[in-house]
Amino acid sequence: MKGSLLVVACFVLGCLLGWTGWLPTFLQEHDLSVYVLYLLMFQVGLSIGSDSKLKQILRSLRPKLLLVPLATIMGTLTFTALVSVLLSRWGVFDCLAVGSGFAYYSLSSILITQLKEPTLGAQLAAELGTIALIANILRELIALLGAPLFVRYFGRLAPICVGGATTMDTTLPIITRYCGNELVFVSIFHGILVDFSVPFLVSFFCSLG
Amino acid sequence: MFTVIGIMFAGIAVGYLLRRVTLLQQIGRPISYTILLLLFLLGTVVGANREIVDNLTSLGGQALLIAVAGTMGSLVAAWMVYRCFFQERSRDER
Repeated sequence: MKGSLLVVACFVLGCLLGWTGWLPTFLQEHDLSVYVLYLLMFQVGLSIGSDSKLKQILRSLRPKLLLVPLATIMGTLTFTALVSVLLSRWGVFDCLAVGSGFAYYSLSSILITQLKEPTLGAQLAAELGTIALIANILRELIALLGAPLFVRYFGRLAPICVGGATTMDTTLPIITRYCGNELVFVSIFHGILVDFSVPFLVSFFCSLG
Repeated sequence: MFTVIGIMFAGIAVGYLLRRVTLLQQIGRPISYTILLLLFLLGTVVGANREIVDNLTSLGGQALLIAVAGTMGSLVAAWMVYRCFFQERSRDER
């Protein structure tokens, strides 16, 4: 929660500086975000590869557990495709690219802004990236705030599926609290798989739209 | 777009080879700093863009719609998977 607020604060600070134009000309002329994105992806890879629990988690898995991330991905994409009818400004694949952020707001918004620029142009790409950022922050907030309700009406897997890619870190404490400790590995496994799917699905839908 | 995924895989390989290095276990912190830096940079692009600033409420509304749709879809799918594959089993185990 505190982390999400810090993220929003950084984004808002950037917005204010960009809006007022109080930026060093170096930053205005060069787009550094691509290189910082590369750095981020390398770090994400490092964290997955060096995770000491990786083998333990992989060993404790049964094939049935794959259904949980599958439910998250299929459920999200189906309903996002349905709602894209209401958003006449964007194509169905643009909406699916936003939806397949699965609450991983930082990566999805930046990927969309970068990948859609060649086809949509810088203006629309930045707009879609902003939508992706807000939509996925909202999804994380919904997952954090709604967990007790979701367990009650949709069963113990519901908070995990809503949490999307965040269920191995930011929403993990809330999930273990409302779903029970025995689901902690399911939650981590789900988070890793959905997290892993984000760059693939976002790039895939960006290339289709 | 494959550059991004390729770099992630390179990171996984390097991370696996260097998994005994304890410093790597604390990678979470630098990751969050990089994320903050990236969002700051994204903010500067968005803030400098008049058209986005003027339409922020409309963009927020569209974002809310997509967020709610994704949440509902996940809830329905989670409920179906839970009902069909997990509920019976957890009863047996008790």
